[in-house]
Amino acid sequence: MKLFEYEAKRILAKYGILTPIGGLATNVSQAREIAARLKPPFAIKAQVLIAGRGKAGGILFADSVPEVEKATEKLLNMQIRGIPVRSVWIEEKIQINKELYFGITTDRFNKSYVAIASAVGGMEIEEIAEKAPEKVIKFLINPQLGFRSFHASQIARKMGYAGSQLVMLGKIFESLYRVGMDYDAELIEMNPLAETFDGKFVAADARIIIDDNALFRHQEYKKRLLEGESELTTQEQEAVKNDLAYVKLDGNIGVIGNGAGLVMATLDTIQYYGGKPANFLDVGGGASSEKIAAALKIVLSDPNVKALFINILGGITRCDEVARGILEAKEKAGVTKPVVIRLVGTNEEEGKRILTEAGIHVLESMEEAAQKVVEISK
Amino acid sequence: MGIIVDKNTRAIVQGITGTQGSFHTKLMLEYGTKIVAGVTPGKGGTQIHDVPVYDTVEEALEKHPANASIIFVPARFTADAVLEALENGIKTVVIITEHIPMKDALNVMTYAQQVNATIIGPNTPGIITPEECKLGIMPAHIFKLGSIGMASRSGTLTYEIAAGLTRKQLGQSTCLGLGGDPITGLNFIDALKMFEKDPQTKAVVLIGEIGGNLEELAAQYVAKEKYPKPVVAFVAGRSAPPGKRMGHAGAIVMGKTGTAESKIKAFKNAGVNVAEKPSDVTELLARLVNV
Repeated sequence: MKLFEYEAKRILAKYGILTPIGGLATNVSQAREIAARLKPPFAIKAQVLIAGRGKAGGILFADSVPEVEKATEKLLNMQIRGIPVRSVWIEEKIQINKELYFGITTDRFNKSYVAIASAVGGMEIEEIAEKAPEKVIKFLINPQLGFRSFHASQIARKMGYAGSQLVMLGKIFESLYRVGMDYDAELIEMNPLAETFDGKFVAADARIIIDDNALFRHQEYKKRLLEGESELTTQEQEAVKNDLAYVKLDGNIGVIGNGAGLVMATLDTIQYYGGKPANFLDVGGGASSEKIAAALKIVLSDPNVKALFINILGGITRCDEVARGILEAKEKAGVTKPVVIRLVGTNEEEGKRILTEAGIHVLESMEEAAQKVVEISK
Repeated sequence: MGIIVDKNTRAIVQGITGTQGSFHTKLMLEYGTKIVAGVTPGKGGTQIHDVPVYDTVEEALEKHPANASIIFVPARFTADAVLEALENGIKTVVIITEHIPMKDALNVMTYAQQVNATIIGPNTPGIITPEECKLGIMPAHIFKLGSIGMASRSGTLTYEIAAGLTRKQLGQSTCLGLGGDPITGLNFIDALKMFEKDPQTKAVVLIGEIGGNLEELAAQYVAKEKYPKPVVAFVAGRSAPPGKRMGHAGAIVMGKTGTAESKIKAFKNAGVNVAEKPSDVTELLARLVNV
């Protein structure tokens, strides 16, 4: 789960990391009140979860309170890549001498957390790694040892700092590691971490992604994800409630399958034959008929969907349960769009019998089924 | 033969009394897997499909020597279950459970490395050496004894491809589910190393997907080591948009990292045959291997 910049900055501030002073506004009058408390110049930043918001015009600057109001109004009426801006973060614009990067993520190969630091910041870390690989410092963190004070000092020294600045920077790194651990972050970064002209360090922007699998330890955010302000579409919200993995795409062939890899391969196969998938939907292992029915409802509620492709390879998922779910959904929701079904595996015969008796044709090959649904969608 | 599990594998099932644990214990027994005991705290003294259940791994092992464990316990208790198995000396642990917090997975993996244990998963269908041992939840009838080694990040996609191989009489030495999470016990390079040493394995299939760079590293390994057996790869997620998690916790394109294009290119550069569609794996193999 991605946190908004304002959420991330509030957490960092709680752990003693300097962040620009600011406040969150959802309307112009709030923006005015916040700006009146701050010292100009101001930065007004759209709170959206999309990377590259700055380039998309989502960050504005102002020198006076009326300018802040104008900027706020502009941002709140704006959409960034289709996502409406619901709130803005207004802060004192800091004077940056130098931009640094510091973040912690996981290293899959080494199976450990890895701290990444660079004396060059302000752009995506991959970009830094490409343009100045020699300036990227990677440090693998042994989970049993943790990230210690001396590790932080070593990194700060490699970034070119010494003395009191090294100590200051080290403390920030250590604090960020603590935030990462306490919040089960799969990625946490300060980018840029700004060095000001008076030699202090301020997290000018911050990003935290909480491990979805650890959300049960962070109920306040889980609640926000399900009920509050999130950028999920109606379909995505329904999917979260029904414990289904759903991703909206921009084509017209609805897809339901079991197992993430199989569903991904199904989308690829549709594309291979010239079709365009409308979504990714994985019902997971051992799905009940109710779950299958919920999945059908979600996919068919997307108005772009012209035809539906159900691809089930039964392992723990039983084909008869899937067949019953399809019929259930058909009865309740009234499926009128054409459906192509490929069903093989556990209890395949029973599943086929149920569907064939209801007049639904079942195919055995995924590629044959994909070609057929592409044909229908055109 | 095959890798990791064979006819000498004697396993316990942790979380045996749950719906999935009990159901799959039955199927594994039917396949011929030696399941010697089950563990569920609080259920000691009962039986599941004639398998005795104990409260702790320690007690189970006192009465029934075993060398492997398969874990079905819920995500928030999984780390504890794995550590219990490892601390009691079990060297092969299959973690079926999905949705384990990454922090827990990292802690478990660090300990496993210290005690030289092999972890399969989490979020895996398990491992099967046909006609010898199935330690997992895969439908057994789609596998057939033979000489193809498979390692995969995805469950059902493995079934899809294995079923295709079996239909064309291309049997398997071992099919290994690495797991769909970002942090898993084994990676493609580990699998390649083990399949290289296994005389039964004549060719290797790697089934990857978007996210991370383990496929790229495997490709580098194949090229650098001049891997002696033919390798065929399939990568799922060509059509996946960046920034969206495609079901698996590990399947996400972040920035420029983890795209299918990058993985396919790396494999091709390393001389690995890359299948365009799942069924092409069978065709590519049929050309490479004489069976």
